[in-house]
Amino acid sequence: MRTLFFLLEKEFRQLLRRKSLLGMLIIAPAIQLIIMPLAADFSVKNVSIVVVDNDHSSYSQRLINKITAGGSFKLAGYVSSYKEALKMVEQDKADLALQIPVNFERNLARENSGKLFVAINAIEGTKANLGGSYLSGIVKDFDDEIRIEWTHDATVDAPQISVASSNWYNPFLNYNLYMVPAILVTLVTAMSAMQSAFNIVQEKENGTIEQINVTPIKKHIFIIGKLIPFLVLGIILFSLGLVLGRIIYHVVPVGSLIVLYGSLVVYLFAMLGLGLLISTYSATQQQAMSLSFFFINIFNMMSGVFSSVDSMPAWAQAIVQTFPPSHFIKIMRTVVLKGSGFSDISNHLIAITIIGLVLNTWAILNYRKTA
Amino acid sequence: MEKVIQTEKLTKRFGDFVACNELSFDVDKGEIFGFLGANGAGKTTAMRMLCGLLKPTSGKASVAGFDVFTQTEKIKMNIGYMSQKFSLYDDLTVSENIRFYAGIYGMKTKNIRTKTQELLNELGLQNEAKTLVSALPLGWKQKLAFSVSIVHAPDIVFLDEPTGGVDPVTRRQFWDLIYHAADKGVTVFVTTHYMDEAEYCNRVSIMVDGVIAALDSPVNLKKQFNADNMEDVFYQLARKAKRSDN
Repeated sequence: MRTLFFLLEKEFRQLLRRKSLLGMLIIAPAIQLIIMPLAADFSVKNVSIVVVDNDHSSYSQRLINKITAGGSFKLAGYVSSYKEALKMVEQDKADLALQIPVNFERNLARENSGKLFVAINAIEGTKANLGGSYLSGIVKDFDDEIRIEWTHDATVDAPQISVASSNWYNPFLNYNLYMVPAILVTLVTAMSAMQSAFNIVQEKENGTIEQINVTPIKKHIFIIGKLIPFLVLGIILFSLGLVLGRIIYHVVPVGSLIVLYGSLVVYLFAMLGLGLLISTYSATQQQAMSLSFFFINIFNMMSGVFSSVDSMPAWAQAIVQTFPPSHFIKIMRTVVLKGSGFSDISNHLIAITIIGLVLNTWAILNYRKTA
Repeated sequence: MEKVIQTEKLTKRFGDFVACNELSFDVDKGEIFGFLGANGAGKTTAMRMLCGLLKPTSGKASVAGFDVFTQTEKIKMNIGYMSQKFSLYDDLTVSENIRFYAGIYGMKTKNIRTKTQELLNELGLQNEAKTLVSALPLGWKQKLAFSVSIVHAPDIVFLDEPTGGVDPVTRRQFWDLIYHAADKGVTVFVTTHYMDEAEYCNRVSIMVDGVIAALDSPVNLKKQFNADNMEDVFYQLARKAKRSDN
């Protein structure tokens, strides 16, 4: 225990002395947390649409008004031919081209059906997809509207089924509520895994680790001495993130802080284990950097921050199960949005614990005081 | 005489390469034992085995009465080590470094304080106690590193080329520290490339291609090889070497 005390004293002295590093570890994530939720918003706005109105009827005018009135679409212009419309899409002046055929109103009235043609620029997948489905929604609404107007008419079909959905836990689909917890996880992940790896590799580069290795320090004590400072740093960073999320994005966790912090400690244990493992395989900070960058990139892309894990192929889902961040992101989202307790998240906690034990044991076995 | 290091046919292989081939020698308590050899002769490998940093392939060896195969942690408790690479913490002050190493060797807090003062006085670093080690000149760093390596009063201290890159005056001062430690009964096991330093040792062994080619006091070695100085002795032996660093 006394040895651990002296190790910790040394680690904290060194950490506090590196003011510039410490500043970066705190300020850089804070800036990211402020900027990223604003940018990483899935709701699609400002989809520009070019319209070819060959009908020039009151109905076609009404449809166009309805589309542009909602706020999701902005009118890029009217053109007289579909060819011209496509050209605008090609030149990136429009994301969508909508063609209203001649006799749209007449067919609608007479044959009770009208055809519209939509061309979508699929270069930007999300925008195209969502834009397309927004547009279908608007057209559907328009269709319902005119049918209601015709209800007096005999030509109307039988009543239609309509679905009304309500969004639980996030009624207004506020993306910040969904993104801030996940982004905070990615920031804590990067800090804990990378900095703990760099710290130990730095001792290798400086040759001080050799001096430690000839002392009677037990290797698990040395490793615990390395992990605790970054555990503390991780908790500070996480707390700062919660405060910023609350002030800037009004994200107030519904669940208890004890559950959040309890899970955080388990999570940090796993991620610091990864950092440690990386350090045992790296002789230089450059190697450690490359290795940890590899993992962190995969974690950020595959752990469900931006895209849902459930829609991945089965093999990918199986791999993602072994990523601690995927579990912690689930925990964060359910606790922050839904107020889940320990019993609701126990599966994820157990998974992180097992991964953490594997990583740390592997690291301790692979860290040798003898070469 | 009490033997603090004993080796018998101590061997280390890396694959087909025999870094140390059947080394057998003893070191007496309080002796200054010079461990010489050209680059790549196997000195550092031998030293790392004795310090418990490297497991030998075969043979026998004991250091401070403990076996190098099975009791490395006990060995570590009783030795000091100063590596080629400077190994104090640059971003800690002089006294913080002393405190840290004294602490992890289990010294009591009260003793650490008196020991720190004693060391600072001995090195003439009283005014530098709160200076970051990174700000010290190399010679001072080396002297400090030596003092820190024996802060826990070990039986033996292993010095791996401790004076590399240091000016002659500081080297001389460094050797004063070594003598001072030896007077107090610390056995000094030192590797060096400076032949004048070899003359300071009680006994010298010279390694060539993984084996000990000669082992005796500097006076006897000079007699044996009919040489005027250690430089000449070393040259006669090392010339026969077939392998080098690369």
